[in-house]
Amino acid sequence: MARSLEELQKRYNKAAVETRRRGPGPGGRRNREAHGKPKNIGKTIGRLWTYVAKYKYLLFVVLLCMLISTVTALIGSYIMRPIINTVADPSTPANERLEYLGHILLVLAGVFAVGVVSNYFQQRIMVKVSFSASEALRNDLFDKLEGLPLRYFDSESTGGIMSRFTNDIDNIDMMLNSTLTQLVSGTITLIGTFCFMIYTSRWLTLVTVAFVPLLLKSGQFIAKRSSKYYSSQQAAIGAVNGYIEETVTGQKVVKVFNYEKNCVEEFDELNHDMRSKQFGAQFWGGLMGPVLGNTTQICYAVTAGVGGLLCLFGRFDVGGMSIFANYSRQFSQPINAISQQTSTVFAALAGAERVFSVMDAVPENVADVVKYTPEEIEGYVELKDVSFGYIEGKTVLKHLSLKAEPGKKTAFVGSTGAGKTTITNLINRFYDINEGEITVDGVNIKDYDRSFLRQNIAMVLQDTHLFTGTVMENIRYGRPDATDEEVIDAAKTASAHSFIMRLANGYQTVIEGDGSNLSQGQRQLLNIARAAVSKAPILVLDEATSSVDTRTEKHIEHGMDRLMKNRTTFIIAHRLSTVRDADSIKVLEAGEIIEEGSHDELLARGGRYYELYTGLKELD
Amino acid sequence: MKKWFPYIKPYIFYFIAGPLCMIIEVIGEVLMPKFLANIIDYGTGRTDIGEASDIIKKIYEIAGDKSPFIIAIMCAMIITALLMMAGGIGGAYFGAKAAVNFAADLRADLFKKVQHFSFANIDKFSTGSIVTRLTNDVTQMQNFINMLLRMCLRAPGMLIGGLIMAIIVSPSLTATLSIAIPILVIFIIIFMKIGLPRFTRMQTRIDALNSTVQESVTNIRVVKSFVRESFEKSKFSKAVANLKESGLKAMNVIILMIPAATLGMNIIIISIFWFGGNMLIKGTMTTGSLTAFTTYITQILTSLVMVAGMMVFMSRAMASAKRIKEILEEQPDINDDGVTGEDAERMIENGEIEFRNVSFRYYKDSPEKVLDSINLKIEAGETVGIIGTTGSGKSTLVSLIARLYDPDEGEVLIDGRDVKDYKLFNLREGIGFVLQKNLLFSGTIKDNLRWGNMNADDEELKKYASYAQADSFISQFNEGYDTVIEKGGNNVSGGQKQRLCIARALLKRPKILILDDSTSAVDTATESRIRESFANELKGSTKIIIAQRISSVRDADKIIVLVDGKISGTTGTHDELMKTNEEYREIYYSQNDRKEVG
Repeated sequence: MARSLEELQKRYNKAAVETRRRGPGPGGRRNREAHGKPKNIGKTIGRLWTYVAKYKYLLFVVLLCMLISTVTALIGSYIMRPIINTVADPSTPANERLEYLGHILLVLAGVFAVGVVSNYFQQRIMVKVSFSASEALRNDLFDKLEGLPLRYFDSESTGGIMSRFTNDIDNIDMMLNSTLTQLVSGTITLIGTFCFMIYTSRWLTLVTVAFVPLLLKSGQFIAKRSSKYYSSQQAAIGAVNGYIEETVTGQKVVKVFNYEKNCVEEFDELNHDMRSKQFGAQFWGGLMGPVLGNTTQICYAVTAGVGGLLCLFGRFDVGGMSIFANYSRQFSQPINAISQQTSTVFAALAGAERVFSVMDAVPENVADVVKYTPEEIEGYVELKDVSFGYIEGKTVLKHLSLKAEPGKKTAFVGSTGAGKTTITNLINRFYDINEGEITVDGVNIKDYDRSFLRQNIAMVLQDTHLFTGTVMENIRYGRPDATDEEVIDAAKTASAHSFIMRLANGYQTVIEGDGSNLSQGQRQLLNIARAAVSKAPILVLDEATSSVDTRTEKHIEHGMDRLMKNRTTFIIAHRLSTVRDADSIKVLEAGEIIEEGSHDELLARGGRYYELYTGLKELD
Repeated sequence: MKKWFPYIKPYIFYFIAGPLCMIIEVIGEVLMPKFLANIIDYGTGRTDIGEASDIIKKIYEIAGDKSPFIIAIMCAMIITALLMMAGGIGGAYFGAKAAVNFAADLRADLFKKVQHFSFANIDKFSTGSIVTRLTNDVTQMQNFINMLLRMCLRAPGMLIGGLIMAIIVSPSLTATLSIAIPILVIFIIIFMKIGLPRFTRMQTRIDALNSTVQESVTNIRVVKSFVRESFEKSKFSKAVANLKESGLKAMNVIILMIPAATLGMNIIIISIFWFGGNMLIKGTMTTGSLTAFTTYITQILTSLVMVAGMMVFMSRAMASAKRIKEILEEQPDINDDGVTGEDAERMIENGEIEFRNVSFRYYKDSPEKVLDSINLKIEAGETVGIIGTTGSGKSTLVSLIARLYDPDEGEVLIDGRDVKDYKLFNLREGIGFVLQKNLLFSGTIKDNLRWGNMNADDEELKKYASYAQADSFISQFNEGYDTVIEKGGNNVSGGQKQRLCIARALLKRPKILILDDSTSAVDTATESRIRESFANELKGSTKIIIAQRISSVRDADKIIVLVDGKISGTTGTHDELMKTNEEYREIYYSQNDRKEVG
């Protein structure tokens, strides 16, 4: 029972938005998305200008070069006129004509040489300017991004952020690099051609001008259609890609349910729809060239006829007519280029706006006032009447108070959404609290330097994340100045040493793309090693061993004890066997601690912890 | 080429009509300057009509005088231009038709092909790469075909047409081209040889840059908690600097190429003016001819550049075509080839399973076997628990039953017949498989459950959902069974997701039910109710349960402990294993204190 097309598109378009956009592959630039329109063009241009402002003299040179090379090109085509008029005039003696021809061609050679040189410099400078500008833009964007609070990353999808770096900056890059020069030189050519035309023949210019509204109107008409089909094509592509991604990822499920045929049917439906949408986009997109080009051919024909008649009645010269005919043929080229490039410019400006909006987001340390800068932290952590919510009006933690001290293990138990992870997120100031106070060594955490505070809290997070690089580098991420021995020692503490030694190149084995060549359990051990190397006095283990099976977990217990010794440790675990020997277990429910005490105390009480431990209640 | 023909054949009309339309445009383009030359030469009376070709003479005769002659030629030109426009529009129409249909058929076929891939096939390409091949690469080919149909005759046509006309106008002047054009061509080739690899390098740098950003964004919590922002920044700016460096290198080629090509054209134009001018003076060439000739030369040179551009485009499209072909040519290594005659109808009847000396490894060259000489017999209707450490081969073992993989050695039998003797469809129809990595698809709960039975009515869905203890929470949702599951099933909890997946598998009413660690997030009370309904409602089915928790397999008829791909020690019930199997005891104690709890 295949689903309807409408339904499929609704689902998969949404999914496709979430789908992480990979960098543009070969030709990816061609499929630039027509993201909305820029809102404040003036302001955006102004900000972009700051990136090229320091090259303004160079840009002036570029403009000059463009002017020169365009004018030389126009002169190049104008030279035909004197050649035909004078050289072909039988009334002048042959040797004089030959001399004249030599002369004029020498001039032409000079003009061409100037043109080529200025064209070269124009390109050379423009490439340098645009590359430097986009380098600065990329670096600025990334620098800003790294300073943004986690709230920002919560609200934006990775795909969304990625497309700032790929799509948007690419578009800006392209605009600076080629579009802008084409636009400017197109305009200059248009004006220049027009001037030469008027100079050559006013009557024939009138003929050409009469065609301009026709060119513009048909251009607009086609552009409107093609952009309409283009956006519906984009939506269809999104749906198809989303569907492919989901079914290929879920191939195992597809297979075990014998669902291949059904998938093919649904896919065919989406594909069929995409076929018609794509046809519209490709057809209308391909129409611009022939329609505009051949309208100019008509113009060329009329010019030839009118020009011929003018010549016949002695009102015009043959040389002038032949170059004019060429001008009228070329006239549509800059118009065509300008009308195509403006859409690129708008796409780039819309992209720039999005890039700047990231840069304008408020960084997390903006209001920090550092009042206390100790040498080191001992690790006494206290939460006093803390309330917090990620979204206003939705409280996750309610009036929570607790104390933790060095050498003691505090464990949090509770269902998803009870607020376990939130507590640890608050201690290292991933988020700032709305109410209450958190102190470390008796000092409010807001009075510490944010980086200093975080350096003193080692976290092993629920989602294991590794970086492309060697095993050694990944562990050393916890403390850049750790020696090789310290790294290996940390790996031993985390019981990761033995499997690392079994990898192809031991500690020098390169981990690819988030460690997909390691098992989930092994990745967790590396994460623990990374925290172990950091030597921070406060340790947070958030589901740190969830994918390590219970027996291995038993084996690494010893190492973990060594790791937690003398540190203030917070443990979050789903599996209750992991938290059994904590000094204090806090059972959280809906943001409140409903029970606390040691394992034995809580079991004896026969409350919620007892129910969880004996499996009477579901945790998730 | 043979590979692509099936996608061309149904649309052969478009494939032919497109280029034909473009020929009209090319012919027109070539004729237009010639018309103009006639106006210049005979219309204005610079040259005597006696020298004109027969057709022109005839037109002149009919027109009677110079001015009607000019108007007649103009009309001919306008008509030609209109025909050209029609040709251009037709070309756009047929080109788009051909390209879009070709691509859509190809995409559909690729999708179908991938549906038949085994996991070995998929692993070979990786999921991400398959997705790009089906999307990006097909689009790339589509664009190329559209361009090819519209350009393939146009650019070379203009080149050849221009050349022919140039020769007609003046053979001796055309000779200058015979020196100039080869030089220009060599120039273009050299630049492409140097330029293309540089652009490819730039592309890899872009990819590297993107993955740096992606890694940093997904790992932002790690970055922040270890205060490594400045390290990330320096890593990024290094990647940007690398990109800039390779980008400049690539652009340098372009920067040199454009003025160099212009220079070459300029030299050609000057030499033509020089020789043409000389001929004009000597009277061996007419004014109109020179005008027409220069126009042809420009046509020839621009089409040369167009051909060069096409080559670049083509090399990209060829890379995509190669990647697509790899998918088309990939042989699904698990298929129905061995199934013949009466076997084609065979379904799983009882659900008795036997592993005979089965060994398996994922990669043929890896030294360690994932499964090593497994011998195991499971009677029909039995409940079997499998327990073991991560990586011990539990999931692999059960995947072999549904032929998600084929064993390297030994055989897997169902009802006494090798699984390879069943049609894949029939085999999998009899097996309900709840995978470890549970996946729900975008769609409603109903849509997802129907994966188990496409024709199940609401009542049936409710019945099986309640067997899996899922009905209670589904009914609590505002939209009930019509609740939309978001991508990846992120709007239901882990335990709920698992129960939905179990319900989905139960709807198949399978002879063999496999649960691969699929109740880990479900509380034990609910889990035991689920097991209860298995016992009552799936009496005849064989049930295989992989679990981490001993409590999940405690009641099984038979428990198997896997260690490093081998069955460790004895198999039997919980009580038996507690007495006879050291490994099992150890696992038990790692989960429970030595004193029994609960």
